[in-house]
Amino acid sequence: MAYIFQQALNALQLGSIYALIALGYTMVYGILTMINFAHGDLFMVGAFFCFLLAVYFHLSFVPTLLLSMLGVACLGVIIERLAYKPLRNAPRVSAIITALGVGLFLENFTLALSPYPKHIPQLLENTTWAIGALSISSLQILIIVLSLVLMLILDFVVQRTKAGMAMRAISWDKTIVPLMGVPVNKIISLTFAIGTGLGGAAGVMYGLAYPVIDPYMGIMVGWKAFICAVVGGIGNIRGAMIGGFILGGVEILVAAFLPSTYRDVVAFTLLLILLIVRPYGILGKPQPQKV
Amino acid sequence: MPKSSAAYYKMLTFWHKLTDYKYFWPVFMIAGLAFCMAASTFEFLDLYLQLILIYVGINIILTVSLNLINGYMGEFSVGHAGFMAIGAYVASLLTVHVFPPVAQNLLFPLAILAGGVGAALVGFLVAIPSFKTRGDYLAIVTLAFCMIVKSVLENIDAVGGPRGLLGMEKLTTLPWVFFWTALSVWVIRNLVYSNFGRGVLSIREDEIASDLMSVNTRQVKIIAFVVSSFFAGIAGGLFAHALQFINPRMFDILKSTDILIMVYLGGIASIGGSIIGAIIYTILLEILRPLGVWRMVLMPLMLVLLMIYRPRGIMGMKEIRMFLPLRDLVTEKLWRRKKKETTDASA
Repeated sequence: MAYIFQQALNALQLGSIYALIALGYTMVYGILTMINFAHGDLFMVGAFFCFLLAVYFHLSFVPTLLLSMLGVACLGVIIERLAYKPLRNAPRVSAIITALGVGLFLENFTLALSPYPKHIPQLLENTTWAIGALSISSLQILIIVLSLVLMLILDFVVQRTKAGMAMRAISWDKTIVPLMGVPVNKIISLTFAIGTGLGGAAGVMYGLAYPVIDPYMGIMVGWKAFICAVVGGIGNIRGAMIGGFILGGVEILVAAFLPSTYRDVVAFTLLLILLIVRPYGILGKPQPQKV
Repeated sequence: MPKSSAAYYKMLTFWHKLTDYKYFWPVFMIAGLAFCMAASTFEFLDLYLQLILIYVGINIILTVSLNLINGYMGEFSVGHAGFMAIGAYVASLLTVHVFPPVAQNLLFPLAILAGGVGAALVGFLVAIPSFKTRGDYLAIVTLAFCMIVKSVLENIDAVGGPRGLLGMEKLTTLPWVFFWTALSVWVIRNLVYSNFGRGVLSIREDEIASDLMSVNTRQVKIIAFVVSSFFAGIAGGLFAHALQFINPRMFDILKSTDILIMVYLGGIASIGGSIIGAIIYTILLEILRPLGVWRMVLMPLMLVLLMIYRPRGIMGMKEIRMFLPLRDLVTEKLWRRKKKETTDASA
């Protein structure tokens, strides 16, 4: 029983990181119908910012987290302005290929600057409480609570504020919304800033939970988060959260009961089956095709 | 008209006359094959150059075959490296464990063919979800497929697991690569300009409308996926026997990204574009090798700039004249004549 609770806690930890990254994918998709394949690498940049701030500037946890989020958000907005904005009216695949190119650029640029894997120092005192056979670390609790708080803030922003209303309006209809006086470019930049900022936060948390970071760590995690976003129904913010927790749960479950090398096989096969049964994801609405 | 432009025009007309010549393709094929044979037997190209040419050929096969799905059919498949992995493993297992060492050279084409067929069978399975799922969801299906292939290979100890497989002889020679490249380009080009190929194009333009026009979309999708994965498997087999070592990590998502970049660099829905894209990408990576790790920083930057200034790639939706069928050329000629007549009449 304690073992199951332990694994559930691990699943929540991994799932909340996946969910945070998946949110970035799904927000950008919802507003631009474009898959930002550089997002996984922005997550990696977040982890490297964390390393930089913690090692060279000796900052404590809270400023590290906030500055990393800010840095990654700025980077996201710059990338959007320089690389994606000129392609807004181009064919969709050119935007996707540009995103792949930006991702490769970020990976290799980081690799050129720091060829060896880096070790993030322990920013927080990690205490472990033992409740019976269950051991809970403060770091785990922090990651889960912090990501839930971030998600709640995001949900509030999207559902209750004026900017959030503008975001939802743009994802509803792109041609009419500018006529209503919505500053589309500003809202798109804001969406990128929020989405990539969450990715940066996920990078910091991932770096704290699994302290060895390297420039290619964003690829696998990024693609997995993309899968989460699609499983939840891409473009749907709550779907991305659910998808993140599902994938985290499945991965931990498989690793708990089978040899851990089978983790990817089983997780992806389950996702394939889910997609074949529900081709539009869990919360996605099937879009009827018109001729 | 400036002098240089006149000379260019003259050369272009000469080139068009050459490629329109009835025996151009047979002569070109035989000359190419003879050149490759001579290069590999007399070694007037050094081994490094030969290896680059081999990689160019393999990349052309991969790019042209992926263009069938991503360019002509308009889907977004990111699992091409998975098919390549299956072809590579099937072919290498055959040459390492099954075929007798004496007859390696003779049985090599069989091994490559078996790799292609193995990949095609799996391609058939991947085509089935594509009936219902489209767009980004199909991208996920192919992505998951690619990752599943990699993980499964890592878990089978009989094929070396994560350590990989070695013991292949260097059987991939320049003439063989030329042969398979020419075959794949020929098959896919003829497929695209056949009745069936018009069906593939109609799926890209509008799937429901093409269904209503009695295109059997399921059959078309299956055949497109099978043909594409068949050639990806062949490229995998050639790749394994050129490198003489494979492991599952070689065929991960980065390899798929590489192929995607070559397709979109050259331009979608264009055989000539795919060939140009594969050649430019492969050779540029080799030329930039002295830059070390910074070459991988420069390459994506160039790709992004190309996409911004030329979003459809080098040859997007256009075709080199030598790959166009005769009937298109005749129509074009008639159209030009008619246009000229009308402009003359109005003048």
